[in-house]
Amino acid sequence: MPDTLLKIEGLKTYFYTEAGIVKAVDNVSFEIRKGESLGLVGESGSGKTVTALSVLRIIPKPGRIVDGKILFKDKNLLDLNEKEMQHVRGTEIAIIFQDPSSSLNPVYTVETQLRDILTAHESLSKEECKKRILELLNLVGIPEAEIRMREFPHQFSGGMKQRVAIARALALHPTLLFADEPTTSLDVTIQAQVLDLLENLKQEMNMALVMITHDMGIIAKMTTRVVVMYAGNVCEIAKTEDLFEQPLHPYTALLLAAVPRLDMRKTLKVIPGNIPNLIEPPAGCRFHPRCKYATEKCTQTPPDLIEVSPDHFVACHNWNDINLRGEGN
Amino acid sequence: MTLTLEEREIRMADDKNFLEVKNLVKYFPVYSSGILTKKEVAKVHAVDDVSFDIKKQEVFAIVGESGCGKTTTARLILNLIEPTSGQVIVDGENVIEKFKSAGKKEKLHYRRKMQMIFQNPYGSLDPRMTVCDIVSEPLTIHGIMEKKCQCERVYELLKRVGLEEYHAERYPHEFSGGQRQRICIARALAVEPEFIIADEPVSSLDVSIRAQILNLLADLQKNMGLSILYISHDLSSVRQISQRVAVMYLGQIVEQADTDELFDNPLHPYTQALIEAVPIPDPKAKNIRARLKGEVPSPINPPKGCRFNPRCSKATKECIEQKPPLIEVTKNHFVACFHT
Repeated sequence: MPDTLLKIEGLKTYFYTEAGIVKAVDNVSFEIRKGESLGLVGESGSGKTVTALSVLRIIPKPGRIVDGKILFKDKNLLDLNEKEMQHVRGTEIAIIFQDPSSSLNPVYTVETQLRDILTAHESLSKEECKKRILELLNLVGIPEAEIRMREFPHQFSGGMKQRVAIARALALHPTLLFADEPTTSLDVTIQAQVLDLLENLKQEMNMALVMITHDMGIIAKMTTRVVVMYAGNVCEIAKTEDLFEQPLHPYTALLLAAVPRLDMRKTLKVIPGNIPNLIEPPAGCRFHPRCKYATEKCTQTPPDLIEVSPDHFVACHNWNDINLRGEGN
Repeated sequence: MTLTLEEREIRMADDKNFLEVKNLVKYFPVYSSGILTKKEVAKVHAVDDVSFDIKKQEVFAIVGESGCGKTTTARLILNLIEPTSGQVIVDGENVIEKFKSAGKKEKLHYRRKMQMIFQNPYGSLDPRMTVCDIVSEPLTIHGIMEKKCQCERVYELLKRVGLEEYHAERYPHEFSGGQRQRICIARALAVEPEFIIADEPVSSLDVSIRAQILNLLADLQKNMGLSILYISHDLSSVRQISQRVAVMYLGQIVEQADTDELFDNPLHPYTQALIEAVPIPDPKAKNIRARLKGEVPSPINPPKGCRFNPRCSKATKECIEQKPPLIEVTKNHFVACFHT
């Protein structure tokens, strides 16, 4: 068994809104291994981000973790008190958000923001601190770091801001980094630069990286294992190659078929319907209203996530009866 | 060889053009921030000498990164902003000149031919209007139909874009992003335009919904014989939907070709880098890793010569001193680079 770094078991995170209880993450279990690149893929509202926020215990109100365990290095993160948790954030687990212009504080210089992180967990002299900040900025490839560290976030371009955000996340050498759509707001050429940077840093610092994205291209390029989420549930976990080669869940297959490819022209298959309302999700398998293979059983019993071949899990009653080969193209 | 104007015109005669853009230029002034005085200190070169044509019933795409002038070009074509110089010719008439002297009626006549679908369906629908009001508003403005008879037409339009009759009485907030974009498309189709500008119509939508909208646009184009100007930064969707593509960089077209030709045989170093940068959804497909360094320079002081030269690996002295002309290398494949 490969080394498990973080294990999520039966996680349930609900949002208690006026309209009702939104079951954003409902019974999600998967593990993250040491030093791996895991992809977390799904459409908006599938619960990818809420899963990451749950691990860090920074769920915004009115959300709450209702049930489940998050085991990190044999400790359940949900049992820690706030002070212990604060220590975990940053030094052990860090996160990069989608929009760098709103995740950096506009009224402080880059230097101040990085210094805050460093001094919050370690006592450093002024000189040491400055040295570390320069090291970090050089690490993420910001030119003329000495001058630029005294500038404010608005003086940086989008790509450069995301580099600063990465520097901030990596300041304390975490062992696990969540990257929540880190390149969605960036241009393609800049996206490629930032992805390269993340991959290099991951190797260099030997940390595990969780890429949260809806872009199948990034998944294919960056990850070794993938967790596919739909409407708050995990529907498939597999090695990246297996997932693209032979998806077992109908949703995964449709998702792959709906993505246009640059290297060829193909007819785009359409996933009928819309993502369900999570206040009253469909009974049984949550994908059944959009699934052409749905049977009576799918409308009543939610399927369990079962391991059908080594490292390939699927949550579908009919996975064995349907042949999805070729549907991904 | 450089195509002279005459040669271009002969070429035009072969295929029927719906729209022709000639040497379009738009500079936005930048003012100094005085309290009492307002002085122009610089210019943003948003669109700088852009020429292309769109044939009847064709999907023509413009791709480029943010700030390259794609959307400004679209707004210039629709005369939503006035160009610094240049011509937009529709059915043989220079509409820019015409707009300066035209009355309201003439402007409406022209606008009826061309409609636009915007990027963000959350921002482009009035939250206080029902879908029926939204879709029928253009019918009233253009005086196409009496208020009383509009209902039938609205139902027909909604069906055409894959919505139901009962949706007409609802408000935009009751719809998902994909459905909202369908409403926007229905509104654009209401006046039976010949030409639609779709400005990043799918970039704010989810992956599974994107395919629905792209397929819808392709179907409508085929069935209604529309010409479409498709503007996007997403190269994969451009390859899906368009027949010809122009690649823009810092306000200029650097390459233009038939879609398959452009993607299979990109000639401009920028196009190559752009295609290279897109991750392909297949773990077996390996991108060759030649990364573009640096970022897009400021359009206030664009680089001299070829605007791409500071980021280009092939740049020579010539590129820094002279602007490369857009020349036809093979049939219908135009490139602005000295080193092809």
